[in-house]
Amino acid sequence: MNTVATAVSARAKKLSQRRKYELLTRGLGWDTTYQPMDKAFPFDTFEGIKIHDWDKWEDPFRLTMDAYWKYQGEKERKLYAIIDAFQQNNGQFNVSDARYINTLKLFLTGISMAEYASHHGFALAGRNLRGVSARIACQMQAIDELRHAQTQVHTISQYNKFFNGMHNPAYMHDRVWYLSVPKSYFEDAMTAGPFEYITAISFSFEYVLTNLLFMPFMSGAAFNGDMATVTFGFSAQSDESRHMTLGLEVVKFLLEQDPGNVPIVQKWLDKWFWRGYRLLTLVAMMMDYMLPRRVMSWAEGWEEYFEKNGGALFNDLARYGIRMPKYHDVARKEKTRLSHEAWGIFYNYTHAANFHTWVPEPKEMDWLSQKYPDTFDKLYRPRLEYWREQQKAGKRFYNKTLPLLCQVCQIPMGFTEPDDPTKICYRETEYKGDKYHFCSDGCKDIFNDEPEKYVRSWLPVHQIYQGNCFRPGTDPTAPGFEPLKEVLQYYGFHDGMDNGEFLDSPDRYNWEKWTSKSAVAGDRP
Amino acid sequence: MAVEIKTTSVEPLRETFSNVAERLGGDKPASRYQEATYDLQPTTNFHYHPLWDADRELYDQRRTKIVMADWYTLLDPRQYYYGAYTITRSRQQETMEKNLKFVEERGLLSSLPDAERERLVYALVPLRHEEWGANTNNCYITAFGWGTALTQATMFATMDRLGLAQYLGRFGLLLDGNTGESLDRAKQLWLEDPAWQGLRQLVEKLFVTKDWFELFVAQNLVLDGLLHPLVFERFEFQFSRRNGPTLSLLVDFMTQWFAETSRWVDAVIKRVVEESPTNAEQLAAWIADWRQQVNVALTSYAEAIFGAEEGAVQLAEVGEAFAKRLAKLGLKAGAQ
Repeated sequence: MNTVATAVSARAKKLSQRRKYELLTRGLGWDTTYQPMDKAFPFDTFEGIKIHDWDKWEDPFRLTMDAYWKYQGEKERKLYAIIDAFQQNNGQFNVSDARYINTLKLFLTGISMAEYASHHGFALAGRNLRGVSARIACQMQAIDELRHAQTQVHTISQYNKFFNGMHNPAYMHDRVWYLSVPKSYFEDAMTAGPFEYITAISFSFEYVLTNLLFMPFMSGAAFNGDMATVTFGFSAQSDESRHMTLGLEVVKFLLEQDPGNVPIVQKWLDKWFWRGYRLLTLVAMMMDYMLPRRVMSWAEGWEEYFEKNGGALFNDLARYGIRMPKYHDVARKEKTRLSHEAWGIFYNYTHAANFHTWVPEPKEMDWLSQKYPDTFDKLYRPRLEYWREQQKAGKRFYNKTLPLLCQVCQIPMGFTEPDDPTKICYRETEYKGDKYHFCSDGCKDIFNDEPEKYVRSWLPVHQIYQGNCFRPGTDPTAPGFEPLKEVLQYYGFHDGMDNGEFLDSPDRYNWEKWTSKSAVAGDRP
Repeated sequence: MAVEIKTTSVEPLRETFSNVAERLGGDKPASRYQEATYDLQPTTNFHYHPLWDADRELYDQRRTKIVMADWYTLLDPRQYYYGAYTITRSRQQETMEKNLKFVEERGLLSSLPDAERERLVYALVPLRHEEWGANTNNCYITAFGWGTALTQATMFATMDRLGLAQYLGRFGLLLDGNTGESLDRAKQLWLEDPAWQGLRQLVEKLFVTKDWFELFVAQNLVLDGLLHPLVFERFEFQFSRRNGPTLSLLVDFMTQWFAETSRWVDAVIKRVVEESPTNAEQLAAWIADWRQQVNVALTSYAEAIFGAEEGAVQLAEVGEAFAKRLAKLGLKAGAQ
């Protein structure tokens, strides 16, 4: 019985970080015998993924909790010191111009609430997978994502005190029409099984596409003088690199465990590439239209981060039998149109969104011409100039008809045919006697693969027409009933403050009053 | 000499977010805890049905029998959001690291008599598996629970329990000179030793407990409430009296953690009891049931680490202290 005790008399061995991590972590779990394993872990088999040896899961970061507390605690001390200083010095007035604030409204109500969703999804995976290392990796990401949601709320809190449109982010996230795009994306992943979730979020999103989300917002913040957000960005960077590494690890692990996993993973990569790409539409328009000082165009970002880096990645994965995701060629064709079509949609419906839109200033249009020589002057500049004229004549255009939404990505059907930028792309399918509409072949395929899932999409426009987007007690038959006004109440908006044209907004008026600077001064595109 | 710093002042439009203002009863400055906590979790307009629970929504209040008009009244008295939590733990781990180093450099564990070292391996190191179980269970509550006020605190508890499991593993490495033999032996004890089987059986039963609030009660109130004092107060006290304060130094983190965490668990339970007689009855029933099971599970373990007679006495005393704790929360003592 004394073998352990006597071994100590010799001097203690020095342990490598790797060995120490393995000793302290790997053996923690056990195969249950008083209860069946499949009852203790009921959710990690139904997707058809086969795992033969969980110990093959490599832990790329080997962070024990004491080290995690130490590093993260240090990061938080620094981050909050800067947020405090930012608040004390009214840093919100140092940004390029007041239009920039609208990217933060999009960020807080769209992205930060999605970070929370991601936290929840990783908590599910962190409980449901039976492998110890995989669960710990998911749990660490779960708490990291909670960090991101909360630090973003704290960072943007100061902006909320001075600007409109971001005063109720979680409430809006559950209700506002375009926020169903990020909401449905994450709920789609979370309502799937744990393996699909981590493939979708860790690999397809974090590893393949995250640069296209993180870079525009964080570099955008740096370019536009937003000290608070850029500090958050730097602080989150090391978390993000851990998450990206996890993403690659997940996919390699699944592919190596069983040949039967390959087609399942390929299907998920196809689906989640397209879902993620459609979600990034919001980022595309932010990059090209909403940043007063621009970092790079969407097309340049897509070339750099997807076509080049992503291409190399999928070449690497070819040895497992994995190919490029379906419809990546469509994304390539759309790259010179995506942001313009999206901004057009939001310009139409900004009266129902919690951020403002505007027509770009002449110099900004020149930047767009230069970045999009084949499309901007021909297809989009005339429309923007027409809108500007109408606005000057006191007829700022708002579209009062509700748009048809894509059943899967939930973006209004404003995208064009892959090979014809002048023709709206409509796809449809019939399921159990009902007709469903899609913006693309990518979204249609996703529906056809799991129709029972997607017939349950909570489509904001359908819901408005069905009378589900009014506050309790509202009587649509009452005389003088104005549906749009009622829907905005349901969204929690302060009508005339949170929404509509930027040039007519209190944000613009307040900015000029408080700072004596022009609200459209970002003339260094 | 006082220098007056001139600053331009601009009146803010609002002091905090609308949802927070509504909860505070007016627009006034809010704490970081409040802004990071209130209403963060989605509550409505869910898309799709979970493939793993087709009859319910992704977030669904029906996953527990406990009914609350407002789950955001289950606030954390420690006011932990991520930043406050990690900053606190990072300080505590610094102290713990110093203690571990102190013990290692002076060979305080390796200079103990063999039999005493073996006692420590037997009594403490297998607990890392129980702590891993507690990690699993708190992660379940985070994943299936309702309301950020509670689920963020259980997220922190999830990571705490992993940390505790790893510290217990560190004790093993101090005892076996970094060979890992004590960890292998502890795993074998956990899987096969008769005195440990009651506890393992209990932990496995918790893995299949579906009602997440019942799991909160069983793990965080009852099992922790009986096991932690038994080991980290009573066993530590007895061991230190015989061998000097080395173990006190090592379990300082656990003792502080338990006192701090109990404050949070108590606040949650107290609030749920106050909410309605139905909740109070449900809690009393769960506590009685789990207390009885935990007692059975701990009996042979207590006897093994304290000796047959003393084990029963220690367990009974821990039970009395626990009954007092319950009484303070407005709950009947439940089965002895």
